[in-house]
Amino acid sequence: MKEFAELYRALDAATATKRKLAAMESYFAAAIGDETRRADAAWTAYFLSGGKPRQIAPAKALRALVLAQTGLPEWLFDQCRQRTGDLAETLSLLLPPAQGEEELPLHRWMSERLLPLRGKSDDEKIAALSQWLSRLPDDERFVLFKIITGSLRVGVSKSQATQALAQASGVDPQQMAMRMMGFAQSERAPQARDFERLTAQEPQEASAGAQPYPFYLAHSLQAPLNEIAQQLGDPRDWQIEWKFDGIRAQYVQRNGKAALWSRGEELITESWPEFAHLQRWLPDGTVIDGELVVTDGADVSGDDLSGLQPFSVLQRRLGRKQITPKILREWPAALIAYDLLESEGRDLRQMPQHERRAALERLIGATRARAHDFGDRALLRLSPLVQADDWAALDALRGRAREFFAEGFMLKSRNGIYGAGRRKAADGASVWHKWKLDPYSVDAVLVYAQRGHGRRSGVFSDYTFAVWDRPAGQKDRTLVPFAKAYSGLTDAEMREVDRIIRATTRETFGPVRQVAPAMVFELGFEGIGPSQRHKSGVAVRFPRMLRWRKDKPVEEADTIEVLQALIAS
Amino acid sequence: MDLICATPRGLYCPPGDFYIDPWRPVDFAVITHGHSDHARPGSARYLCTQQSLPILEKRLGSISAQTLNYGETVERNGVRVSLHPAGHVLGSAQARVEYRGEVWVASGDYKLEDDGVSAPFEPVRCDVFITESTFALPIYRWRAQQALADEINQWRRENSAQGRASVVYAYALGKAQRILRHLDASDGPIVCHGAIEPLNAIHRALGASLPATIALDELDKRHATRAIFIAPPSALGSRALTRLGAYSDAFASGWMQVRGDRRRRGVDRGFVMSDHVDWPGALAAIAATGAQRVLVTHGFTHTLARYLREQGLEADEIAGYEARDNDLETDET
Ligand SMILES: [Zn+2]
Repeated sequence: MKEFAELYRALDAATATKRKLAAMESYFAAAIGDETRRADAAWTAYFLSGGKPRQIAPAKALRALVLAQTGLPEWLFDQCRQRTGDLAETLSLLLPPAQGEEELPLHRWMSERLLPLRGKSDDEKIAALSQWLSRLPDDERFVLFKIITGSLRVGVSKSQATQALAQASGVDPQQMAMRMMGFAQSERAPQARDFERLTAQEPQEASAGAQPYPFYLAHSLQAPLNEIAQQLGDPRDWQIEWKFDGIRAQYVQRNGKAALWSRGEELITESWPEFAHLQRWLPDGTVIDGELVVTDGADVSGDDLSGLQPFSVLQRRLGRKQITPKILREWPAALIAYDLLESEGRDLRQMPQHERRAALERLIGATRARAHDFGDRALLRLSPLVQADDWAALDALRGRAREFFAEGFMLKSRNGIYGAGRRKAADGASVWHKWKLDPYSVDAVLVYAQRGHGRRSGVFSDYTFAVWDRPAGQKDRTLVPFAKAYSGLTDAEMREVDRIIRATTRETFGPVRQVAPAMVFELGFEGIGPSQRHKSGVAVRFPRMLRWRKDKPVEEADTIEVLQALIAS
Repeated sequence: MDLICATPRGLYCPPGDFYIDPWRPVDFAVITHGHSDHARPGSARYLCTQQSLPILEKRLGSISAQTLNYGETVERNGVRVSLHPAGHVLGSAQARVEYRGEVWVASGDYKLEDDGVSAPFEPVRCDVFITESTFALPIYRWRAQQALADEINQWRRENSAQGRASVVYAYALGKAQRILRHLDASDGPIVCHGAIEPLNAIHRALGASLPATIALDELDKRHATRAIFIAPPSALGSRALTRLGAYSDAFASGWMQVRGDRRRRGVDRGFVMSDHVDWPGALAAIAATGAQRVLVTHGFTHTLARYLREQGLEADEIAGYEARDNDLETDET
């Protein structure tokens, strides 16, 4: 546990990527030659690649434990919690100092102590934890509480963790990325042998089991049209598709088993049971990269986009824990196929894009009749290709993206391979670009503020924004809150806003402050839809602050009609 | 009537007709210590400890001041005033005020641990205790100073081993000298910022043993990776630092206890080091005074007052002093 706590602290404190990589690399390198530490390192690799075991004890039990040990009143605990912005940190700072120290390796903490706690009563949990915690060295507390509360997050990306593992073990980074796929799948207890497999020198058969390939990701394209034209050259060198607004997913079918993986490398097969049907007519050894969307059930095939539903509908289905037959009927899903990564058990990723596309079209063509026989031809669709002679024409077409609830275009180099992550081509050029629509934007008024968490704890950084319910000049206008946003400001701006909030607070509701409406922000978002859950009647996606409109008086902020018009467009 | 009450100019003693750490110029100011939010310019006469005077003169220029030794008493309009060690910074004091058998103590800023630089805190029995509350939340609990010193020295050695100089941002009066005391000269050059060195000189003149220090422009660049540079927080990111080459930086403050505050500072490391009392220390100090009534200033006033009331004491916040709550823009002084 000591080494893991130290690594966690080092990663948490480091601001430079180079130092983070160095810390991880030296941790893993030291673990490779030591059996106990290999078992620990399996868990570390799991955590660093985004693995999160479910909460082991609920917040209320942990709070009760600390209240009992400190004798503090509840309100004071809550104030501490508000000050730190983090439960695990509050617990670790409040717990009385340890009495004697006991060192237990991370994997034993996990397998012998924490995981077996699940299913026990809160009282049993409190009793066991109190005993263990009394001998836990102070500087290991925070990370342990992070694990127990199910909120362990480390400021490294999965690809950085992969890079460090590759460096430490000498395994090729691409190969490592492949081995890491699914490593962080939830509910998995990693073992020493998993880490040994990760770092083993001999090549492994990648396509064994239902492991997906690392997803290839696009770079964002944000430049004036003439620069884009200059950078990308002839549009005919690019395979152009809509960037659909669903869930990027890989369908993996091998050895008679089908699995669906999200881009976050979560196995989502169970939430989307209809895709099990695909194996009735797709050949084994098939891996398709596509976009998971919800439709209205239109019985279409090929690249017909009829019946696609907006993301808000997909979100409703995601919100359901139980996937009942009614849900399958009401919100049927489809996979829009972008790419074929494996065919007849053969890895196609090194093939040029246009050849993979041809293979994908052949596969869908050849299976169409069988799919129709089973009545689920609409389940697998083909992402249509967009063609135009020049970039200006494409730019004009791009405006139609919202008709298909798409976010813009994907541009894929016709001769490019299917890489891993955001990797660029050997000459440094991006192989895949996303060319998104400009986000929607409105001018909205800051009405509520709340303290942030983590890096922003203590500063009022999370805001609620409102628009007017009626046009200017009308009597009794009120502001209707419609979105929360916390990103987009510089630290300096945030501090300034923070000061104004403190000075203009009208009322305090727990952690929330209502402020005098005085600050107008241009708020950008990427999608908008009607919503019954929101008082404003609208819900926006990915809202963020684009600009602080200090020039704009509150009276000139937008009205709810502007939002409604955006939905209609 | 209260012997000491809050006024727009600061804490005021009506029968004695004097202020304690007033915010604005007054006729007679009792000053607990030399930090800028306690010792302000413009008053006609000052009363402070002997050790505080050179610091006040450095900050306020030439002033008309009367000094006291710790424990020595003066009388003003029948009110007896004496100053007692607060353990906060060199010369810092609690003000004891006695009138017609009633004793009030205004703590100023204080801490309980002996820092080796200032005279250690002495509890003073009183009827009413006015306490600061900068860190009066139970999450603020300081580690023993030796553990902290080890941490700083180890960090410095690791930096040297990796070819980096070390920079610690710490307040010029108090914290800078505390850190200096724990540094090992054999680890490499100890460099002090121009805002800190004059205060070192005052400490040395009053008998503190501090290691030898040099100015940044005296540093031989070949030894930079072994050097540690102590600078006030205002030096963060300043151009002078380029002289050090590659460096790792750290901030020394009680606020560094909370991860979010640490990260917001944008430095590589946070050392939890404060010249203010922590939560258990504040409770112990209050108990030791025997006071039945406690007034709370500077910091988490509301929290501490409420907690004390629930413990059966008569406790109130003093208005106008709550601003330090969460306000990280305020220097910890
Ligand atoms: Zn002070």
